[in-house]
Amino acid sequence: MTGLLQDIGFSRDLAVLIAKAVGVIVVAVFGLLWTLLGIWLERKWAARFQDRVGPNRVGPFGLIQTVADTVKILLKEDIMNRGVDRWVFNAAPILSVLAVTLIWAVVPFSAAWIGTDLNIGVLYLLAVGSLGTVAVIMAGWGSNNKYALLAAFRAVAQLVSYEVPMVLSLLVPVLLSGSMSTQEIVRQQHIWYVFAVPLTMLIFLISSQAETGRGPFDLLEAESELVSGFHIEYSGMKFGMFYVAEFLHAFTVGVLTAILFLGGWKGPFAEDVAILGFFYLLIKSLFAYWVLVWVRMTLPRVRIDHLLDFNWKFLVPVGLANLLVVAFVWKLIPDTDQINSFGDAVVPTLALLLVNVAMFLVIGALLADRGRRERARIQARVAGTDLPVETVAGAGD
Amino acid sequence: MELTAESIVFLIMSAITLGGGLLVVSARNLFHAGLYLMVALLGVAGLFVLLAAPFLAGVQVVVYIGAIAILIILAIMLTPSVTQLPAIFNRQWVLNLALAAFLFVLLVSVVSPIMGDLGVDDWGADFTEENPADVPADSIVKLGEDLVDPDKYMLPFEVASVLLMAALIGAVLLVSPGKTKTDEGDED
Repeated sequence: MTGLLQDIGFSRDLAVLIAKAVGVIVVAVFGLLWTLLGIWLERKWAARFQDRVGPNRVGPFGLIQTVADTVKILLKEDIMNRGVDRWVFNAAPILSVLAVTLIWAVVPFSAAWIGTDLNIGVLYLLAVGSLGTVAVIMAGWGSNNKYALLAAFRAVAQLVSYEVPMVLSLLVPVLLSGSMSTQEIVRQQHIWYVFAVPLTMLIFLISSQAETGRGPFDLLEAESELVSGFHIEYSGMKFGMFYVAEFLHAFTVGVLTAILFLGGWKGPFAEDVAILGFFYLLIKSLFAYWVLVWVRMTLPRVRIDHLLDFNWKFLVPVGLANLLVVAFVWKLIPDTDQINSFGDAVVPTLALLLVNVAMFLVIGALLADRGRRERARIQARVAGTDLPVETVAGAGD
Repeated sequence: MELTAESIVFLIMSAITLGGGLLVVSARNLFHAGLYLMVALLGVAGLFVLLAAPFLAGVQVVVYIGAIAILIILAIMLTPSVTQLPAIFNRQWVLNLALAAFLFVLLVSVVSPIMGDLGVDDWGADFTEENPADVPADSIVKLGEDLVDPDKYMLPFEVASVLLMAALIGAVLLVSPGKTKTDEGDED
C-alpha cells in the first residue's frame, strides 16, 4: 500500500503515515465489528450452558439481536448526575475501550498480516492492559458514588494482583521463543506451546479471566452486592462502551491464548495463503474463548478475600516455581536456541511436558492435602469440638 | 533546526510531559493531579519511543503508570478531604521553584561536558530511519545480557532486587497482625 501511494505521488513519509493510519482503522473497526457478532455468539453459548435458548427473535437465529441492542443503547438518554467529575467521568469509558483495542495492534492475524510487529510485543500487551485499570479508577472516582468507588478499590486490588501471575505466565512463551515479538512467538511454535507448558497456559487463562473481570472473578460488577460496580452511574452508550470493552477484552484473551500457546495462525498451508492463517487463528481463538465462557457460566463468584488469597498464596507461588523450573529445564536441554523445524522441537517439548506432568502431580497432591485438612476442620466444627472457630477475620475488605 | 517529523513528535511529547508536570503541581484537586502525573509519565514513554528505546517505553508505562501512579491515586483517594485545597496551601512553592531550577542547572552542567562521550556531537542531526544513530539492532537482547553480566550491571541489579525485597518484607511486617491476634487469620 505504501508503494501504491508513492506511485500516486505522495512523499515516502506521508505514504507510510497514511498506510499506518488505514491499518489502524481497519484493525480497530474489525475488532469492534466483531463485537456485534461475538456478543450474539456468547449469549447463545451462555444460554446453552444454562439450558436456555438465548436470543432467537430478531433475524435468523437471533443473529441481528445485537444490532437492535446497539441501536437501542445509542438512542438511550445519556444521564449525568450532579456532582460527577465531568472530565474524568467522560474519559473513563473511552480509555476503557482504548486499552483493549490497542492490544489488537500486535495481534499477528497471519504470516504477513500484523498491525505492528513490535519487538516488545508482550511487554506492550501488559502496558496497554494496565491502562484498563486506570479507566476503572477514573470511572469509580468520577461517578461520585460510594458503591462505584468501593467497587473501584476492589477492582484495582484484583487487577493489580492478578497482573503478577499473568506476567509470570507470559514470560514462559517469551523464554521458549527467545523473543517478545508476538509474530516471532507464533513462528517459533513448531509444536504448540500448550503441549510443552500446559501449566503455564492454565495460569495465563486463570489470571487473564480475572483481568477481564469475568466470572468467577466478576467482583468488579458483582450485581448482588455492588449493584453493578464501578459503572453504576453510566447509562446509554457510555455504559455500552464499558460493556464492549469487557466483551472485547474477554475475546482478546482468547486470541492471545491462541497466539501464545495454540500456535496462532499456524496450520496447513498457512505460510502461503494468508487468509487460511487468519481462519486458523479465528478457530483457535474461538475455542479458547469458548473455554473461558464455559468457566464463566459454570462457576459461582468467589469472595474478595478468597480471591486475593488464591492469587497471592497459590497462583503467584505456582507461577514463580513454574517459571524457575521451565527456565532450568530449558537450559538443560541442548540446542534450544536452534529450533527450526518440527523435528527439532520434539525432544524439548517432550522433556517440558514430562516436567509439567510432574508439577501437576505435586500441585495436585498439595491441593488434595489442603482439601482434606479443610474438610476435617469443618467436620470438627460441625461436630462442635472446635466451637471458637476463627470467625471471618478480614472478610470483605 | 529544521522541522522534521521527529522534531514535531518530540515537541508534542515534550509539551505533553511538561504540561502534565505543570498541571500536577498546579491542580487544586489532588485526584486530578494524580491523573496529570500519568499524562506526564505517558509523555516520557513517548520520548523513549522516539529515542528508539521501546523496551524502556513499555517499562515506563507498566511500572510508572500501571503500578506507581495507580498506587499514588489510591493513596490520594483514601486521604480524606484533600480534593479541594484552598487557593494557596503554603509558601513552599518559592523554595521548591528555586530547588527545581538549581537541579536543572546541575543536570545541564553535569551532562553537557560529557555529551561527546555519550555519542551526541551534533544536536541538529536528523534522526531518521536511514540514519538510526548508534542504536543496536537488538537492544533488548543486549539489555538483558548486560543486566546479568557480572562484569557490567549484575551487582546493581541484584542490590536493587534486595532493596525491593526488603521493602516488601517491611511492608508485610508493618501490616501483619501482632501476637495478640490469632496468627491463622487466613483461613475462613
